[in-house]
Amino acid sequence: MFIVKFLSAFGSYLMLMGRTFSIPERWRMFLKQYIKELTQLGVDSIGIVLLISFFIGAVICIQIKLNIASPWMPNFTTGYTTREIMVLEFSSSIMCLILSGKVGSNIASEIGTMRVTQQIDALEIMGVNSASFLILPKIVGLMTMIPCLVVFSMAAGFVGAYASALVGIVSVDDLTIGLQHDFRQWFIWMSMIKSFVFAFIIASVSSFYGYTVEGGSFDVGKASTDAVVRSSMLILFADIFLTPLLS
Amino acid sequence: MIEIKHLYKSFEDKEVLKDINAVFEEGKTNLIIGQSGSGKTVLIKNIVGLFEPDRGEILYDGRDFVKMTKREKVLIRREMGMIFQSAALFDSMSVLENVMFPLDMFSDKNEADRIRRAKFCLERVNLAGAEEKFPGEISGGMQKRVAIARAIALNPKYLFCDEPNSGLDPKTSLVIDDLIHSITEEYKMTTIINTHDMNSVMGIGENIIYICEGLKEWQGNKDQIMTSTNERLNSFIFASDLFRKVKEANS
Repeated sequence: MFIVKFLSAFGSYLMLMGRTFSIPERWRMFLKQYIKELTQLGVDSIGIVLLISFFIGAVICIQIKLNIASPWMPNFTTGYTTREIMVLEFSSSIMCLILSGKVGSNIASEIGTMRVTQQIDALEIMGVNSASFLILPKIVGLMTMIPCLVVFSMAAGFVGAYASALVGIVSVDDLTIGLQHDFRQWFIWMSMIKSFVFAFIIASVSSFYGYTVEGGSFDVGKASTDAVVRSSMLILFADIFLTPLLS
Repeated sequence: MIEIKHLYKSFEDKEVLKDINAVFEEGKTNLIIGQSGSGKTVLIKNIVGLFEPDRGEILYDGRDFVKMTKREKVLIRREMGMIFQSAALFDSMSVLENVMFPLDMFSDKNEADRIRRAKFCLERVNLAGAEEKFPGEISGGMQKRVAIARAIALNPKYLFCDEPNSGLDPKTSLVIDDLIHSITEEYKMTTIINTHDMNSVMGIGENIIYICEGLKEWQGNKDQIMTSTNERLNSFIFASDLFRKVKEANS
């Protein structure tokens, strides 16, 4: 029963994506929607990304210095570990998990509300490909913005680490040496590639749950929760495959 | 003109429409009436293509909608306008943007012309001055009028209204009815209105189809409805004291 349900949902998802990835009827309207989504999904998330990354960067630094570092380890360990955690996992995977909560629920509830208030039917009656019109700008917009947010997150995490250095927990020099030690540029690219895939998962899965809502406001709320849960699970699942593939 | 021939539609094992045959004439306000759950919304959704009928024909000026390819359906939909029960305005857009939306999507006119056309449509529904407002800031009656303006923006040949008076007071309902009726005559559209508002039936019912339990029970106009001997129709139309008294006074 579960397999049938899963395959049926997966088939519907693929069909929806088939309708979504079609050439926009009016590029003028697509660009208008795309710019709106860049702002709504990306620019409006900068604040929360910077805030969370700043504090996590600071806390990682403090945790490593107070609980892991020992006289047997080099002084740069704290900075080095903070950088690796931020670059390799936090700014891409964990930040995308957080964004799947914020952005995913936003997408699912917006499209779901449009479905239950017949706005999607109105688009269809006009002869507009509603899937392409509503979902494509969200997918492209989020895939454009999330790699940028990942870079902001890394930067904010390092600023947070320096903030903990300024209160005297770790020395600024040791932290700087650690952050620069054995730096590999590919890790930044790897993180951005991962986030690019995660952005597709968040936007497409959340859109699917919103687009296929039936019922009323209760169902929109349920679809919004399902969208966050499913996209988070898929992000974790994709992370397992992408990490060895890109390393 | 829209013709329906032997239309059937069922959901799982429940047959909702059974052998519906009807003709909806051009330049007239065609009403589909019936109790809640009788199948009238399913019928209108089949006609506009939101549902796929199990069998039967839906002819738009002789063109069978059911047999059309996806591309042909998209093209014919550009000849349709629809007013939903909930108005279905795009709540992230202003009133002017809502009316401009079909023009932005399908018209090759320049922006100034598109704005001029949208403003003309808003004036036609007496909403000049409300351009910058958002759907959440205007009343239900105004929302319906914006929906009418949006529906006529591209000069459609076919206009569909799903319970346009739902949730409106009787006076505003009359305004909406008059507006739909005058627009239908003015643009020679084929208009189909789904309603159970008896004021609409008596006011603008030029061609009325009564649906009962998925079957077409009766067809006629507002004058014939007063003298009909169909028991099911009479029990629906004259369910209220007011209409019973009107009938008694007429007879």
